[in-house]
Amino acid sequence: MNDSNAAFTLAPAADSPRPLALTPGQDLRGYLSALLGRAVLFFITFSSVLAVLLILVFVVIRSVGFLSGSSIVEFLASQNWRPTAEPPVFGALAIIVGSLYVSFAALVFAVPLGILAAVFLSDIVSWKVRNVVKPIVEILAAIPSVAYGFFAVLVLAPWLQKQFGFSTGTNALNASLILAIMALPTIISVAEDSISALGRELREASYSCGATRLETIVRVVIPAAHSGIIAAVVLGMMRAIGETMVVWMASGNAPQIPHPWWDLAQSVRTLTATIAGEMGEAPETSLHRGALFAMGVLLLLMTLGMNLVSEYFLARAKKAGGRT
Amino acid sequence: MPEEKKEDMPTSVLRDDRKKPNVRTTIVTIDRKETPAQPVGDGCEAAIIRSENFSLYYGSKAGVKNITMDIYPYSVTAIIGPSGCGKSTFLRSINRMNDLIPHVRAEGRLLVDGHDVYEKRTNLVHLRQQVGMVFQKPNPFPKSIFDNVAYGPSLQGVRNKGELQNVVEQSLRAAALWEEVKNDLKKSALALSGGQQQRLCIARALATKPRVLLMDEPCSALDPIATGRIEDLMGQLQRTYTIVIVTHNMQQAARVSERAAFFCLGELIEYDETARIFSNPAQKATEDYVTGRFG
Repeated sequence: MNDSNAAFTLAPAADSPRPLALTPGQDLRGYLSALLGRAVLFFITFSSVLAVLLILVFVVIRSVGFLSGSSIVEFLASQNWRPTAEPPVFGALAIIVGSLYVSFAALVFAVPLGILAAVFLSDIVSWKVRNVVKPIVEILAAIPSVAYGFFAVLVLAPWLQKQFGFSTGTNALNASLILAIMALPTIISVAEDSISALGRELREASYSCGATRLETIVRVVIPAAHSGIIAAVVLGMMRAIGETMVVWMASGNAPQIPHPWWDLAQSVRTLTATIAGEMGEAPETSLHRGALFAMGVLLLLMTLGMNLVSEYFLARAKKAGGRT
Repeated sequence: MPEEKKEDMPTSVLRDDRKKPNVRTTIVTIDRKETPAQPVGDGCEAAIIRSENFSLYYGSKAGVKNITMDIYPYSVTAIIGPSGCGKSTFLRSINRMNDLIPHVRAEGRLLVDGHDVYEKRTNLVHLRQQVGMVFQKPNPFPKSIFDNVAYGPSLQGVRNKGELQNVVEQSLRAAALWEEVKNDLKKSALALSGGQQQRLCIARALATKPRVLLMDEPCSALDPIATGRIEDLMGQLQRTYTIVIVTHNMQQAARVSERAAFFCLGELIEYDETARIFSNPAQKATEDYVTGRFG
């Protein structure tokens, strides 16, 4: 305001203004480059959508032969998985349960830890520490799953066997612990994002009412961020249910439903490990191959459903974040 | 809360008339005796907030420097000044809201009811229960209207449903919002309009039963109608509460306050009765600012 108006020399350009309409006649180059840009971006976007659709169609088509030939009821309700017997039996119930069992057990370990860690990073430690620790946590997601698998088989399995006297170290507990570690970075990262996104206003409001830090976190921060936290949990669950290598190596691969149900020391088998393990042995046009594809369809439906759920909650989290 | 009712309608503005039967004032009442005795008479009440050479630094940068001023009970004190002059910093120092910002350091003394709030043994929870705050942007919790207002009392251990309802109703009435929301107490606070949200935030602050209400540009996000309502509200509230308001709007300061402090570049330039600040200020800078020649 002081002396800025002393030497003001900017003025509108003197020559005739550029045409505002973008038509081939007025500005051919501009018109073509805009068109080309749109076409390229459209093609890239469309091809990735197309890839997903084609995978879905392919998996469904390959499983149709099996699903129409044999009974879906047997597939979903029987626990007998004897693909090489004569006649073969394709009862996937134990395997479906195994997949869900290991994933849920992993979540039981990972969700409380993940939320606590997210709150710790967003509300307890200083910004500096958070900016160092969070990327390190996210690096956990970059470790190849076969490395986790090695750790499960060579370190965790013998340790569990020795420590708790399990008959085998490769069991549901082992697999779900490793899956929990693998799901943690996703859960921590997404939950932390949504908790920090709340901003200072809500926290200040809470403190100004005479709340302690714990009361602020428990009664304001976590409820306000619940959409993002749920989305984080669902994303972690997707990671756990789709994971193949670790469960193949660590779960023991026995197609059985644990009995009693809480006995994590028993071996289980998951959908992903079954597909990965048996795909090579199943002849191209056999029922067995079709059954494996049917498992693929099931997995796809599960992750698709969870994806929709997490999208829903992430959208809600975004909306809530924008409102305040 | 029958005994609180008395508190809402004091017969006189003198502080000695205030009976304090409840426990929420513990830290301060203990230290009250240490306050130097003040002559109590008309127009000469003891200050409830006393700043003595108070400075607050963000790292090495001073937010406010050497502020010395007394804020008197049962009145509205306005803090005016150009942007970045430390008004909000000073206001937020009173209930130590600046603690959330890293590397904050305070010097000098800032007394609330005779207790230096920057002393180590300050009970921040009790301090903030006594010194409530309304922020620039309405910041209701993403909860129901009822839960927003009941938040403070429930933190203080009020579990009884009837008692909570009572506090919520009284607070909403005091904030002139009750008639508009009495049938929608279960509705989300985020569904309210901006002006309603701000009055809800005032109700939320009142429900904690503070003695001092700090308002940090409470009307800057509101339209003139909502602003008018909140100004009316301040006029009523100052009979029971001590209000300190930071505002960019000089007409507002002139309308609502009894005393006004002019801050510039982190320093207190002038502090006097509002009428004098606006009509016959002692400092040239104050005059330039209030007449709009600078800032």
